[in-house]
Amino acid sequence: MTLTQEAPAAGGAEEAVEPFPVTIIVRRFDPETMEEPVWQDFDVQMYPTDRILDALHQIKWEQDGTLAFRRSCAHGICGSDAMRINGRNRLACKTLIKDLDISQPIYVEAIKGLPLEKDLIVDMEPFFESFREVQPFLQASKPAEKGKERVQSVAERARFDDTTKCILCAACTSSCPVFWTDGQYFGPAAIVNAHRFIFDSRDDQAEVRLDILNDQEGVWRCRTTFNCTEACPRGIQVTKAIAEVKQAVLRGRA
Amino acid sequence: MTTTAPIESTVIDGVHYHQYDIVIVGAGGAGMRAAIEAGPKARTAVISKLYPTRSHTGAAQGGMAAALANVEEDSWEWHTFDTVKGGDYLVDQDAAEILAKEAIDAVIDLENMGLPFNRTPDGKIDQRRFGGHTADHGKSPVRRACYAADRTGHMILQTLYQNCVKHGIEFFNEFYVLDLIMAEIDGVQQQAGVVAYELRTGEIHVFHSKATIFATGGFGKIFKTTSNAHTLTGDGVGIIWRKKLPLEDMEFFQFHPTGLAGLGILLTEGARGEGAILRNASGERFMERYAPTIKDLAPRDIVARCMVQEVLDGRGAGPHKDYVYLDCTHLGAEVLETKLPDITEFARTYLGVDPVVEPVPVFPTAHYAMGGIPTNVKAEVLADNTTVVPGLYAAGECACVSVHGSNRLGTNSLLDINVFGKRSGNNAAEYVKTADFVPLPEDPAAEVRGMLEGIRSSTGSERVAQIRKELQESMDRCAQVFRTEESLEEVTGIIHGLRERYRDVAVHDKGRRFNTDLLEAVELGFLLDLAEVLVFSAKNRKESRGGHMRDDYPKRDDENYMQHTMAYLTGDPHSSTAADHIRLDWKPVVITNYQPMERKY
Repeated sequence: MTLTQEAPAAGGAEEAVEPFPVTIIVRRFDPETMEEPVWQDFDVQMYPTDRILDALHQIKWEQDGTLAFRRSCAHGICGSDAMRINGRNRLACKTLIKDLDISQPIYVEAIKGLPLEKDLIVDMEPFFESFREVQPFLQASKPAEKGKERVQSVAERARFDDTTKCILCAACTSSCPVFWTDGQYFGPAAIVNAHRFIFDSRDDQAEVRLDILNDQEGVWRCRTTFNCTEACPRGIQVTKAIAEVKQAVLRGRA
Repeated sequence: MTTTAPIESTVIDGVHYHQYDIVIVGAGGAGMRAAIEAGPKARTAVISKLYPTRSHTGAAQGGMAAALANVEEDSWEWHTFDTVKGGDYLVDQDAAEILAKEAIDAVIDLENMGLPFNRTPDGKIDQRRFGGHTADHGKSPVRRACYAADRTGHMILQTLYQNCVKHGIEFFNEFYVLDLIMAEIDGVQQQAGVVAYELRTGEIHVFHSKATIFATGGFGKIFKTTSNAHTLTGDGVGIIWRKKLPLEDMEFFQFHPTGLAGLGILLTEGARGEGAILRNASGERFMERYAPTIKDLAPRDIVARCMVQEVLDGRGAGPHKDYVYLDCTHLGAEVLETKLPDITEFARTYLGVDPVVEPVPVFPTAHYAMGGIPTNVKAEVLADNTTVVPGLYAAGECACVSVHGSNRLGTNSLLDINVFGKRSGNNAAEYVKTADFVPLPEDPAAEVRGMLEGIRSSTGSERVAQIRKELQESMDRCAQVFRTEESLEEVTGIIHGLRERYRDVAVHDKGRRFNTDLLEAVELGFLLDLAEVLVFSAKNRKESRGGHMRDDYPKRDDENYMQHTMAYLTGDPHSSTAADHIRLDWKPVVITNYQPMERKY
């Protein structure tokens, strides 16, 4: 017969763990019915290895179906569920209950700096607009030899590896104080994606992107607060990437 | 530039109308690959339930197969053979030849578009081993999988989106397609476009098109333990079904051997490609007993069954003896950090297990639908075994070409989306050059409006989450790796009951904006439809082949079942008794070079 596993199956060899109560306080907003956002408490039963996403699902599925949030893959790859959890930008699906202090309620709200649409959902368009503005695609003036790959050494490939990891979740950009106060700034994610091409040996339009980023709303707005690096769920050294782009702007080349 | 705002549209009675030559439904790998071909040639829109970079292509890890022979001798003919044998001979061999031949250009296309593949010491695309891919017809494992660390799917999705930006492809993000508009012209059923629900506003949009490409992905959420995203609810396949077009080979669902135990999160087969080993509780490398030649690199159906068998025989690990181990400890920290960094992190994050020093608990997880919307090799959707639906295309996991037969080889799905995504885009662009718009019926949005209002205004007592949970748990218990007449009969009864209850489902959220509560209710309807077809088809196939293992019929039976299942909806789609509204038929398998043989590894 087919086997099933009971939640919270968990892989470890620990003893059976009982769920325990956790209070989640969510910042709710629905422009159809509300003037201002309000904080609302929910009590949920959680296992230590459950994620904040599990808590939100428990609320939505068992208590209040109107709670709105985005999610898809549920394991930190699709970038849908960036939100502020206890004041820090994180992915709900990568934040485990056991890693939070549950003696206090857990505060969950939408990421900042982007227009709030409903509950934990923000308008992502301005974010993607900045991304598109840095020409985030390979531009090589010489076509590749027909039917062949462009040659790239292991070291050349390694040069931009870190910034290829970006999942466009906006955790970095929406953690940036400059971005909060000035909606015009490109923001860390766009610069990370520019970095990914500026330092790709196959690309030869680095100067164009460096020009774009030398704009007054470009890299120079960065105040090196490292919020972005701390927020990145993929472990990208975002501030370092921005610094490398700044140096390249000064040099005038990658 | 890309935009979410329609360039030209009109609003009639609250419904938005748009007109495009080509509409692509879905912005995963297949949809965006199609868009890159179609966009420059015809007025094209991509309609996606998610932002494009959220699609589940991004979760694919290990690689994309192509016989580049960059690191050792290989040929597309060997790749074809492996694909056919891996699919337990239910593969259409003409399609498999195309897949393997066009694989080489498909990989080069992606590299030329900018995909950062891992490189060999001489700067070429590096390749690694994967299950079922062999040299010279099964002699030994071969390095055929082109990869970018263990985030190949992520890189493909990003590269394709980047190139959509480059080409200025128009996207409608967070638009949920709920219906296909069909019209009969001169006695022929043709497609006229689709109806979509805009999640942000709750408004309905009609997209009038000359051609439509479905690239909507899979439906792993019919199971509880799955590697699939929450959003993989089979909407596209379900829409096709409700339009009374057939579905092919729905009983064949792949269970990926190495899901994180209890969670189902995928750990790539590339780990075993790099040398990781499966072990039971006593530490034995049990695959040596089952597949002496290629051991841990046997195809997924075989490995998944062996793992479950080990557990059933009492050799499982852990407090409940309900999983086995994936042992990567001998690979060393450097290989794990450079070639398998993401899965290393998943094990650390979600199980608190560090693969560098300890084995990782794993168990099979529902992963991939081999069946789906039948198409020919041009990606044209079929209305029966041979008749094409003019203007309608499908590609990727939602489609069944069939290049995967009864069991897909690892790395052949990232390949499939590129090869057949490209074909669908090109063929649709060619088609719209001479095709006309099929006139829309009066009020084409009526059905969707009725369905949504029905759910929104329902005062029923049933909750979506409860029905879905019961469905998923029952499917895991009765229709997973091992199936029997008895288990399939049981789950048939359960699905019947759940379909009855679904009529009485109600949602809390009655609003318009971002009503994800309503969306989940609609998705559940599709899950129930597809689970029903899957189980009905599985009951009918009294043999074991590939991903469909019948404990009561453990042998492959070529005499009676060497053919594709074709399921047709013949009655009321909402009736709860499957036999009242499903008719099954057969479709011959295309054989070119390879006669069925016993499948040993």
